[in-house]
Amino acid sequence: MEKAKILDSEAIARTLTRVAHQILEHNKGSQGLVIVGIRSRGVYLAQRLAECIRKIDHTEIPVGALDITLYRDDLTLVANQPVVRKTEINFDLQDKKIILVDDVLYTGRTVRCALSELIDFGRPQCIQLAVLVDRGHRELPIRADYVGKNIPTAQDETVEVRLVEVDGRDEVVIVEK
Amino acid sequence: MIWTKKDLLGLEYLSLEEISLILETAESFKEVSSRDIKKVPALRGKTVVNLFYEPSTRTRVSFEVAAKRLSADVINIASETSSVRKGETLIDTGKNIEALKADILVIRHNYSGAANMLAEHLNISVVNAGDGWHEHPTQALLDIFTLKEKLGRIDGLEVVIVGDISHSRVARSNIWGLNKLGAKVTVCAPKMLIPPGIERMGAKVSHNIDQALENADAVNVLRMQFERDNEEAFPKQLEYFKDFGITRERLKRAKKNILVMHPGPINRGIELSSEVADGSNSVILEQVTNGIAVRMAVLFLTAQANERKNEPRPS
Amino acid sequence: MKLLIRGGRVVDPANNLDEVLDVLIEDDRIAKIAKNIKAEVDKIIDAAGKIVMPGAVDMHTHLREPGREDKETVLSATRAALAGGVTSLLAMPNTSPAMDCVDNVRRLKEIIRNTSAANVFICGAITHARQGKDLTDIAGLKREGVLAISDDGCSVDNEELFLQALKEAQENNLLVISHCEDKKLSNGGVVNLGWTSTRLGLRGISKESEYKRVERDIQLTQSSGAPIHIAHVSCKESVEIIAQAKKKGLKVTAETAPHYFSLTEEAVLNYDTNKKMNPPLRTREDVLALKQALKDGTIDAIASDHAPHTENEKEIEFERAEFGVIGLETELAVSISELISPGLLDWSGLVRKISLNPARILGLGKGTLSIGTDADLAVIDPDKEWVVEKNGLVSKSKNSAFLVRRLKGVVEYTICNGKIGYPF
Repeated sequence: MEKAKILDSEAIARTLTRVAHQILEHNKGSQGLVIVGIRSRGVYLAQRLAECIRKIDHTEIPVGALDITLYRDDLTLVANQPVVRKTEINFDLQDKKIILVDDVLYTGRTVRCALSELIDFGRPQCIQLAVLVDRGHRELPIRADYVGKNIPTAQDETVEVRLVEVDGRDEVVIVEK
Repeated sequence: MIWTKKDLLGLEYLSLEEISLILETAESFKEVSSRDIKKVPALRGKTVVNLFYEPSTRTRVSFEVAAKRLSADVINIASETSSVRKGETLIDTGKNIEALKADILVIRHNYSGAANMLAEHLNISVVNAGDGWHEHPTQALLDIFTLKEKLGRIDGLEVVIVGDISHSRVARSNIWGLNKLGAKVTVCAPKMLIPPGIERMGAKVSHNIDQALENADAVNVLRMQFERDNEEAFPKQLEYFKDFGITRERLKRAKKNILVMHPGPINRGIELSSEVADGSNSVILEQVTNGIAVRMAVLFLTAQANERKNEPRPS
Repeated sequence: MKLLIRGGRVVDPANNLDEVLDVLIEDDRIAKIAKNIKAEVDKIIDAAGKIVMPGAVDMHTHLREPGREDKETVLSATRAALAGGVTSLLAMPNTSPAMDCVDNVRRLKEIIRNTSAANVFICGAITHARQGKDLTDIAGLKREGVLAISDDGCSVDNEELFLQALKEAQENNLLVISHCEDKKLSNGGVVNLGWTSTRLGLRGISKESEYKRVERDIQLTQSSGAPIHIAHVSCKESVEIIAQAKKKGLKVTAETAPHYFSLTEEAVLNYDTNKKMNPPLRTREDVLALKQALKDGTIDAIASDHAPHTENEKEIEFERAEFGVIGLETELAVSISELISPGLLDWSGLVRKISLNPARILGLGKGTLSIGTDADLAVIDPDKEWVVEKNGLVSKSKNSAFLVRRLKGVVEYTICNGKIGYPF
């Protein structure tokens, strides 16, 4: 059951622009930056962030897609994801500053998988994490460098990020299980 | 679509959706083999046993590489060293492997139905790596994967399988799989090498390779084993090459971009000429590469289904 | 011992009988059949709503004793027979040693005398060790009491030798039972040749391998004038050849087994070794032809071809597993389910096929309830259903083709030589 709408389409756009600014400020420009989104919605957010950066900085940032299914620590969890999708990182990660992007930061396990996988691809200079929503309840020592919005939630709630590319509209809502 | 079968026994037993899921999953796995570090932890801590009762280097190695790229531990048992010589039954051998807490048993056996029998008696996943003349599902899946990769589709393709259809598990699996995906299959061989009732499996029968190749998008050339010669009715080697061998001359009359496939190991000059094997139409080595991706997908999906079955999680 | 079976539907085609009557058994004979028999008896069996029929005469059983007592013994097979309503059976000679000489037959007779729970008759071998090379002492076997000769499991390939066997058998008033298979044509096959063998990747057994041999054997019967009985007919072509021969008035009789008229080759599609037998299960067309042949009389008898094998010999790769299935306990129920329920045969018709005809073919005065004959009967609940389960089987071996099948017709009592043999 849908409980509350946290962000609408305009708010998401504003938030992403703000995060883009923060990334540029923190890294003192776009030199050496690459963006990698975690499938599936993280990839669309990564593309949008790259677009925001292009508008601000007039530079093209490479964008990659990471499928972390094969790095999950529990095969049975994978069962919920019917199809293993491709990881597509068509550029070198050596000595790059990677902005890892996901929609919701929750237990931290997905990010843990993503970090393991990224490191198998090479030795980046650093990895920074950007998420649209941080809903708390971490199970691992992981935190985000850029947070679109902090949304404190109860365990029996979930945060759903809906994006035009997948869901036909942009919004973030809290849903009760 | 979620994969639910703990075993892969044959393409006869799979739906169109299940075959498509394996192919789709294999596409993702293919990327792993192109990385610098060709390994993902998906099956870390799992044990894959390759139990081979027939000498087969390529299939065994392909499964071994696939399992290792998924971080599984691999144990190879060949019939020469196994207790089959000591009279242990196949079921007992299987149960012993299960007792070692292996997770996936990959079996190659000279008797048709051996994998089916093991799957019925074991709780662990059983993957058929070829049983008698019955099925060789991963070979057909990699053939289909290669076709799809090269031609962009399977539906509506015309595929010719030429060779000893009677004794070929590769042919049977390909016929089942290609038919389910909407391809038109023609089997081509001398009469004595066409098994009865093959039409009901969904294959057109031809005894003239030139006619069969006329509209073909691909030809899958089977390995000819002339050592069967003394066992039963079998064509003479030279005669076979003259009438059915795939040569450059023959391909000239076929579609320009016809794909030439072969499950290997190839017999140069026996079922196809060297020029063809090494020529631009040949995708034989790409089949080998794709075999790893397909087998990774199969190992991953069957292991995952078995895991889910054993530990039902509250939703 | 006096026994009264009261109020059952008595079916005895030998006497054109099919009505509700009482049957009185005195000592080991049928004493009286009438309405409302009043007599002082030791036991009364209430058979209201039941079928009372002459016990089945199974003319094709593999006892395995002597030699393979781990599969079956005379005792275990005859107990299985009683559980299936079978009171007499003909033991095939492919034991170890084979029933190819007087001594071996004497030894088996001794075992039968000491252990058998039902009537067991012996079929001798045609050739020594059933190797098809030289004939046995056919006259000697006859004197020892064998009812027929057969090399069952093999056909006598040598035409001249077989012709001579037919002639000697006729001189000795013995029946020749022929296993019709040209092994050159069956070519090491394990299932029916065709769509199923192709689909399973197994070597096929052609129908030719059977019917060509049926054709040959019938020709030899024609030239010699000696009678012949064709065992386990499995296909349409054999039926047609036998029908032609009968039309010509040749002395040919034939049997088929329940699995051939109830199961098709499709039953083998999961490599179930309990569906592996020789001849193999055939096609739907053959099943229909066999049913028709039972109806029109081309096929005279139903016999089990009871062939017990241990689990060790069946729970292995299909191609290595032994041929054969057990059938004594299911033949009656399968026949009821497949022939009576769909209306193909009436009860008199079935009793002919399973009791009267086999007895007549073998020259036994059994298969009937005529006054004064041996009191061999079965009391059947015709509508009650049961499921064939491994644990419920009496036979030492459990290789039934009908496991987990629901069948109609339950044997309530089997009376053998005037005594209640079943329930045990």
